[in-house]
Amino acid sequence: MPGLIGKKLGMTQVFDDKGNAVPVSVIQAGPCAVVQKKTPDKEGYGAVQLGFQDMREKRVSKPLRGHFKSAGVSPKRILKEFRVPDVAQYEVGFEATVEMFEVGCVVNVTGTSRGKGFQGVVKRWGFSGGKDTHGCTTHRLPGSIGASAYPSRVLKNRKLPGRMGGVRVTVRNLTVVGVDKERHLLLIRGGVPGAPNSYVEVKKTTGRTS
Amino acid sequence: MDPMNFVESKHLKKKVPDFGPGDTVRVHVKVVEGDKERTQLFEGVVVSRRGSGTRSTFTVRKVSGGVGVERIFPLSSPSISRVSVVREGRVRRAKLFYLRERKGKSARIEERQTETSLTQEEAPAEPKPEAEEE
Repeated sequence: MPGLIGKKLGMTQVFDDKGNAVPVSVIQAGPCAVVQKKTPDKEGYGAVQLGFQDMREKRVSKPLRGHFKSAGVSPKRILKEFRVPDVAQYEVGFEATVEMFEVGCVVNVTGTSRGKGFQGVVKRWGFSGGKDTHGCTTHRLPGSIGASAYPSRVLKNRKLPGRMGGVRVTVRNLTVVGVDKERHLLLIRGGVPGAPNSYVEVKKTTGRTS
Repeated sequence: MDPMNFVESKHLKKKVPDFGPGDTVRVHVKVVEGDKERTQLFEGVVVSRRGSGTRSTFTVRKVSGGVGVERIFPLSSPSISRVSVVREGRVRRAKLFYLRERKGKSARIEERQTETSLTQEEAPAEPKPEAEEE
């Protein structure tokens, strides 16, 4: 399996065998069932659609109910696609679990970052802002945003205040420090995007390893 | 059990005496020097306890050679082999940071009179810890 859908439960700290404290994110990952295969012949690309977390059948819309029925899996709350190079080796209905990961694995974790609302340039883009003292009257303003008569407009992609966070973010090359097969838990060193109880995708890294 | 608690429960220290701010404790710290491991002692007054689960820490203050020394220990760290309560103190707040501005008489802490402190005896020490060098 290329990856799993999981739920970020939060962060804590564990100790390794040398007694060092390790900051970890706890993710409830899987079991995820393969609901559909996307093939190059039919859809034009290869991917598997995974479903995570069972849902009462009554709460699923009728079209989706049919989708799950044809796959022969129970209705799932979350559906996500994972691109794979060869779809043929996967089977619809197969349940992937955290057993696909082992301690020491390197993974990428994708999720929606916490929404921070409308933020100024200091927080949003890391501008330095103005001096706090020495007679300065502007402290967190962006300063000049461009020249005058030419070009007589603000150039595109100028870094300005605006909505921050709440976007899809991937944190790459995180190490798996714990796998609990019984409880479907993954301990991943470091932080992952999103607030507790948000959904994340945990993917095996493709290119370089560790 | 809540999965977060379960993850932490595996790393929690099981045998920790009940101690709080104002108590004088002796902390046995494992120190690795090269390939040898020995135990170091740090004795002083607990000035603060904070955090929960595996992230909880406590701060111990002592005055060593006229200089105040404070050390923060992670309570669940495996490198802390033992914590023993030497003396129970009666204090009226949770954080004793006011001790930093005081010395001598005004930095004293009144002993708390409880049944346990009257009957409690020093548990036999583990493999003779060396005295801490200053």
